[in-house]
Amino acid sequence: MSGLAMPKPDDATMRRRDEIVADMRIIVPGEGVVDAENSMRAFESDGLTAYRQLPLVVVLPETVAQVSRVLKYCNDRNIRVVPRGSGTSLSGGALPLEDAVLLVMSRFNRILEIDFPNRAVVAQPGVTNLGITTAVEQEGFYYAPDPSSQIACSIGGNVAENSGGVHCLKYGLTANNVLGIEMVLMNGEVVRLGGRHLDAEGYDLLGVMTGSEGLLGVVAEVTVRILKKPETARALLIGFPTSEQGGQCVADIIGAGIIPGGMEMMDRPAIHAAEDFVHAGYPLDVEALLIVELDGPGVEVDHLIGLVEAIAYKNGSTTCRISQSEQERLSFWAGRKAAFPAVGRISPDYYCMDGTIPRKELPRVLAGMRELSEKYGLGVANVFHAGDGNLHPLILYDANVPGELDKAESFGADILRLCVKVGGVLTGEHGVGVEKRDLMPEMFNQIDLDQQMRVKCAFDPNHLLNPGKVFPQLRRCAELGRMHVHRGQVAFPDIPRF
Amino acid sequence: MTTFTPVTASETLSTVQWAAAEDAPLEILGHGSKRGIGRPQQSEHTLDLSKLTGVTLYEPAELVLSARAGTPLAEIDQLLAQNGQQLAFEPMDYGPLLGGAPGKGTIGGVLAANLSGPRRLKAGAARDHILGISAVAGRGEAFKSGGRVVKNVTGYDLSKLMAGSWGTLAVLTDVTFKVLPAAETEVTLAIRGLLDEAATAAMALALGSSAEVSSAAHLPERVAARVAAGHLGSEAATLLRVEGFGPSVAYRIAALKQLLGKAGPLQEIAGEASKTIWRDVRDCVPFADGTEKPVWRISMAPSQAHQMVLTLRMQAGVSASYDWQGGLIWLRMEAGDPEASLLRGLIRKHGGGHATLVRAALSHRAAVPVFEPQASHLAALSARLKAEFDPKSILNPGRMAPGSGSATLSPTTEGAAP
Repeated sequence: MSGLAMPKPDDATMRRRDEIVADMRIIVPGEGVVDAENSMRAFESDGLTAYRQLPLVVVLPETVAQVSRVLKYCNDRNIRVVPRGSGTSLSGGALPLEDAVLLVMSRFNRILEIDFPNRAVVAQPGVTNLGITTAVEQEGFYYAPDPSSQIACSIGGNVAENSGGVHCLKYGLTANNVLGIEMVLMNGEVVRLGGRHLDAEGYDLLGVMTGSEGLLGVVAEVTVRILKKPETARALLIGFPTSEQGGQCVADIIGAGIIPGGMEMMDRPAIHAAEDFVHAGYPLDVEALLIVELDGPGVEVDHLIGLVEAIAYKNGSTTCRISQSEQERLSFWAGRKAAFPAVGRISPDYYCMDGTIPRKELPRVLAGMRELSEKYGLGVANVFHAGDGNLHPLILYDANVPGELDKAESFGADILRLCVKVGGVLTGEHGVGVEKRDLMPEMFNQIDLDQQMRVKCAFDPNHLLNPGKVFPQLRRCAELGRMHVHRGQVAFPDIPRF
Repeated sequence: MTTFTPVTASETLSTVQWAAAEDAPLEILGHGSKRGIGRPQQSEHTLDLSKLTGVTLYEPAELVLSARAGTPLAEIDQLLAQNGQQLAFEPMDYGPLLGGAPGKGTIGGVLAANLSGPRRLKAGAARDHILGISAVAGRGEAFKSGGRVVKNVTGYDLSKLMAGSWGTLAVLTDVTFKVLPAAETEVTLAIRGLLDEAATAAMALALGSSAEVSSAAHLPERVAARVAAGHLGSEAATLLRVEGFGPSVAYRIAALKQLLGKAGPLQEIAGEASKTIWRDVRDCVPFADGTEKPVWRISMAPSQAHQMVLTLRMQAGVSASYDWQGGLIWLRMEAGDPEASLLRGLIRKHGGGHATLVRAALSHRAAVPVFEPQASHLAALSARLKAEFDPKSILNPGRMAPGSGSATLSPTTEGAAP
């Protein structure tokens, strides 16, 4: 497993496996407990396929009461639990542990209520992201966050990862579109946060739960805000001779007060790979290709297209096409949406990174990446959520060549260090999981990490829920709780007092 | 009784470390513009952050602004306006309602109180725009969370946890917010003369359309007369705000007129007049009457709010004003009693939500849970969380709930749903 250290399996739990499996069958009768090795193989990994591990047992509950009983059972017996939605995490958030129950929420697949007057949908956590939109689109509504895995990823998993998507600059992330959840704590307690109203009556636990990567609780129900679909959407496809010009164009669009529905950039290797794959008609003689999508009433979209076109010319664009039909708009996106599989065609394997940077640092980071590419002898193609600075470098490697995966991972780690160095962050939307866990100290010092772990202690004091994820080193809650107080030292002689 | 007035983050840290060592509770203060909200405290000392000021980073093209926590909101608003930008969540000013001066408040207070405004429906609250923080936990440790980029899921979002924590978890020293372009044009469509129920239906219709209404408020009869210095007249006004580029606003207003033509007489209000109305709605100016009559701020599902108020009216004299499509109710208790148990019981019966007693005499704030009491598991979780940040309970102790954490729902004091 490429040198990744996971928590040491608990011998007592491993010895009691048969008993635990039998007890799980009592709590979740029927087909809901999977313990045969060949059947568990389907669950041994998530979207980060470089890592695989069979769990102790797979449990697929059907009711919140069952979830609560499973968690309480495990909590009382010191058994670890890894929650899983659809298993599409790109950071290993749902990677099983050898001694942990894998709690799979996929049978919670029903929409519970559609409430148009309050523009809310109440769904079970295993409903797919796209399933929510599908349930309301006949009335012209949709659910805005649209991660590229939306056909498969679950809404409960979206809450755990605070998923984004192409449209989040204008419409926000999961955290901005979830109104409430029901969650089960590790001790089995069921807690409701929010509802169909806005804001919290006390601490914003919904805010901290969103993006907590399955370490704080198991999402059992989700209430989301739905929006009316924009009347129209049109896109511009703009090519630039340099990435600097493309980056400046993005800055100028935002500077003009325009927040596009989507704004994506691709670099030369990504453009070529995509064009070879889907023949979207992308220009091949440019260094940066920008897709700007504007949505809203037709009159607004037409108005803004004119403004964006002028900004593009001012920044030296060498090609600018404006979609004249829905079909043409979709063709602009076809290459971008196929960028990952397109890169998959030119390289046996690729490794997708997810740093975010201040946008103005794009040229510096791209230059740094070229240097690293030479250093490691591995190619890299870039797709970029240009509006919000979220980079997805795709590192090209061949897992069958000994040492190349390690090299790709080191390359990726160096890219993320570079992102942090220029004022950015390790992950924009894919999560820390196991993938970026050991890089957390690049961004946070021990005090920062300790305070995050203390939040964990309030929810799960024995570190039983999804351990080995997010935090490079788990510290016991009793130890974290200790205060080091030096009485009597007056360390603030200069503070004015009145 | 000492007031500490740090001018740097490290002095703030030293102060909290000292207080933790001495078990000396601190009242955390910016401008004190919201000091009257919460249970009365008896902190021995005050930590005054109003000198911890200055915008430390503002990059309009990156849509990001960082400032020290004590920086006046007014200064930030002005700086953003000079660049055609704004805090899109429109933080309200409690000054007028609480009998203080308008225009006060710090950027740290904006986050600590999770302020928002009429644009909450579309743009969110402070919680939705905070990107990163530096703070000193009650443990006496300086920590940071988040960053300066809009898309970031690295580690737990402790920045959001600060939103609405009212200084009870940590002392903010620096905050970084997402900023957005200010709308080029705004126009308000007012439907006149609607009763609460019809207004609720009209607002739901408008928000369910593709007109991208950014704010929807309903000012019942007489309440309407108290905004914009009376210019709106006293007839009930259901207000729909549309913002954006000129041609788009014109188109969407026309679409709304078409949609709502049968709802009642329509009136179009543009420019400064529109801005003034929404500022007054934001700041709850109708109930800024210079009295201490109890005022509640209630968040509910929009469709149920007016029914709750209707039921309440049968048992108590109240004035109500609605924002957020009806889901935010400002309620003034005319007889002077907060009627907390009655009100909270009715909210639970009407789909749930929460009520905060934002204005009341000291005696009421001491006797009545100011913040909505939570179910026992949730209250216990909140208390554990508080203890993880502030184990000795030295930061604003008791402001949100007696002891630590949040208030607990107790059927005996709160009147359980019948």
